[in-house]
Amino acid sequence: MDLIWDGVTEALRLIFSGNGYVYEVTFTSLLVSGSATLIALVLGLGIASFLAFRAPPGRTLALSAFNAGMALPPVAVGLLVSIMLWRTGPLGQLHLLYSRTAIVIAQAVIATPVVAALSTAALQGLNPNLRLQVLALGASRWQAALLLFREARLSLLAAGMAGFGAAISEVGATIMVGGNIKGSTRTLTSAIVLEVQQGDFETAIALSFILLAVILGIITVFTMLQQRRPPA
Amino acid sequence: MSAPLLQLQNIVVEHARRSVLDVPCLDILPNEVLAVVGPNGAGKSTLLRIIGLLEQPSRGKVLFAGRPISGNSLNFRRRMAFVFQEPLLLDTSIEGNVRTGLSLRGVPANDRQRRVEEWTTRFGIAGLRRRSARTLSGGEAQRTSLARAMVLEPEILLLDEPFSSLDAPTREALIDDLDAVLTSKRVATVFVTHDRAEALRLGDRIAVLMGGKVRQLGTAAEVFSSPVDSEVAAFVGVETIVPGRIREVSSGLASIIVGENTIEATTELPPGSDVLVCLRPEDVTVSGLADATLMSARNRLRVAVTRVRPAGPYVRMELDAGFNLVAHITKQSLEELAISPGANAIASFKATAVHLIPHRPG
Repeated sequence: MDLIWDGVTEALRLIFSGNGYVYEVTFTSLLVSGSATLIALVLGLGIASFLAFRAPPGRTLALSAFNAGMALPPVAVGLLVSIMLWRTGPLGQLHLLYSRTAIVIAQAVIATPVVAALSTAALQGLNPNLRLQVLALGASRWQAALLLFREARLSLLAAGMAGFGAAISEVGATIMVGGNIKGSTRTLTSAIVLEVQQGDFETAIALSFILLAVILGIITVFTMLQQRRPPA
Repeated sequence: MSAPLLQLQNIVVEHARRSVLDVPCLDILPNEVLAVVGPNGAGKSTLLRIIGLLEQPSRGKVLFAGRPISGNSLNFRRRMAFVFQEPLLLDTSIEGNVRTGLSLRGVPANDRQRRVEEWTTRFGIAGLRRRSARTLSGGEAQRTSLARAMVLEPEILLLDEPFSSLDAPTREALIDDLDAVLTSKRVATVFVTHDRAEALRLGDRIAVLMGGKVRQLGTAAEVFSSPVDSEVAAFVGVETIVPGRIREVSSGLASIIVGENTIEATTELPPGSDVLVCLRPEDVTVSGLADATLMSARNRLRVAVTRVRPAGPYVRMELDAGFNLVAHITKQSLEELAISPGANAIASFKATAVHLIPHRPG
């Protein structure tokens, strides 16, 4: 218990002493995971709209793939993205390996199936005639999609939160494709792993509390958006 | 007759290779209310979705004001409004719901507000404008749905059984309000229902849809008093349908042999024709044996009462005249007649009340 208490105290000290290292890894975490979540939302909502509204042939198969994708092992994703980004890989000429962009790609690959699968379920849960009603009100395809997203906002924001959670808590792929380089690709999660490896449990616990506080803060904002009364 | 506002030409809709709609030709005329009636599964809602450009037919064309619709139908969709059986309100206020279609069209805010106020007032929901749509009763929700459609000032209004999920008093009140709106605005309307009374009340013309085909199209009087076949007759409320043969015709008045009875009816069919004799229950009167001589009706049959049961505002009486005959009489008439199952009586009906359908005995 002393170790945890010391970790909390250290966390507060690191935060309020303006420790540059802590702020830097926190910023990197927010930047890469926020970007990955944004990409996952765009791709996931697009996929979900296509699967839910167009009902293409093979929808069940595609949905199975995205549902299975929610359990994608991050190290496998990390390995796959690394191979793609190696100098000799298909995207090697982009020189993205061990960069923040590489982490964004890996985290987006992990978060997209989560957003896509949960969003498809959310949109399929709407009354099927609601889409027809919205089109009958004179909505274009884009307007219809936005109105239906608003109707399913509770579940879609939950999907967004799940996607963000999957991205920011990820560590295996982040280290593999990012390299855990101080001042560049070190995130809160990869920093925690490093501190544990170095035996500095106090700092590791402090960084863990900061990570939890960041997640709690962002998820609270999502939840407030989710629970807000619909606009008149 | 004015040019059709919307035309369906050779429309075929197939779902899973099964034909669910086959309409060679159907015109929606300006200012008319076309009621589409038919049993469940007849294809009524599919027809409405095709008219509303919400579903692509497998084959055929939809023409709006003479112009065939192909490709992006948005501009044509925006000239129509659709009310579904369920209100399908968005999760916002009543005002927000009524405003949605106008916002999608980019109508300026002040015009939007004026129109929302006008139509929420006309449908009696102005006082509820700020209420969340989730807190509304079924009647209030359907009023909102109708206001949301009418605020768009559509050229064609499409109604898909909008009253079927409402209780009777709410339905009556809402039909009254819609009737007043349609009478004043004269917007071309296609009104799908399986309720014959609603169709009679609102429809200028009635289309009977069965098995995906328009079996009869005409004025309410034509369809309800002169159904084209026995299935349409049964659907529009003709309860007595019996086969017979015209024995002779004199001055338009035919004598028809039905079992051991002879029935007189007005017709243009020649003697020897096999026919189905159709009678609506409300056209049959029942009297005691002693009162029969007072009646002027051409047809008087001695019958045995087989069953009497209440049916809403009237009493349904099943009679055996050598064939099954059904009559609707008032509760007061039943009390005055004082007859019960097993008693004999006289059933009478006018020759003009009998509708004959040419029929080939099977």
